[in-house]
Amino acid sequence: MDVEPMILLMVAAGGALGSMSRLAVGNGVSAWLGAGFPWGTLAVNLSGALLMGLLAGAVGLPGPEAPRPGWALLAVGLLGGYTTVSSFSLQTLLLWRQGRTGAALANVLVTLLAGFAALGLGVWLAGGLT
Amino acid sequence: MKAWQHYAAVGLGSALGASLRYAIALAMLGPVFPWPTLLVNAVGSWLMGAVAAVATQRLHSRVARWQPFLASGFCGGFTTFSLFGLETLQLLNEARPWLALGYMMISVPLWLAAAWHGYRVGQRLAIET
Repeated sequence: MDVEPMILLMVAAGGALGSMSRLAVGNGVSAWLGAGFPWGTLAVNLSGALLMGLLAGAVGLPGPEAPRPGWALLAVGLLGGYTTVSSFSLQTLLLWRQGRTGAALANVLVTLLAGFAALGLGVWLAGGLT
Repeated sequence: MKAWQHYAAVGLGSALGASLRYAIALAMLGPVFPWPTLLVNAVGSWLMGAVAAVATQRLHSRVARWQPFLASGFCGGFTTFSLFGLETLQLLNEARPWLALGYMMISVPLWLAAAWHGYRVGQRLAIET
């Protein structure tokens, strides 16, 4: 399948904006709640899941065809780049390596459970999946 | 590094990471199961672990200097939690609850194992070089 330059540009621009927002939100939340637990990444992933739910509820789930520019910018780029799995994995690993097994386990469970709850809430607030 | 340089490095890395993620999704398009995102999240976690291990042990290395670009930027933009969630929801919506459950049960251990392995490799590299 061909890569459309316009779509790729949307993904790249969204990805850049998304990660800079992640940095800003993550720093803000860490300054507020402390760096003893990865609150920043948690806040980013939960808010990103909520926004993704809202977006999917508003415009519908994407089909197998190539994404439209709006979806490429907002979903694939912006929210895709805003949320992160790599920081979550590393921070969980570091908690575990520090002997904070309970905190590591809590990070995994809260991220997953609250993440899916936030996603579902977003979809529901936007009127459900069509 | 000044704040704006930090932001620029992260933004640039993430533009690259997100574009590569999209290209991989296009190249692997087809099967119902979201293999591209699974692959991307595992590889991104591995790289994140490796970069962190090298950067903590060698504070003045090139890897440490490039950490904002590589870690928060590239790995952060490459991997994605929101699309992982959306894909799980999509499987549920297509009445494939077992695939959705399987996707979740495979993803998280794989991410963590990848970060762990990347960290070990990074530690070894930092000692040897």
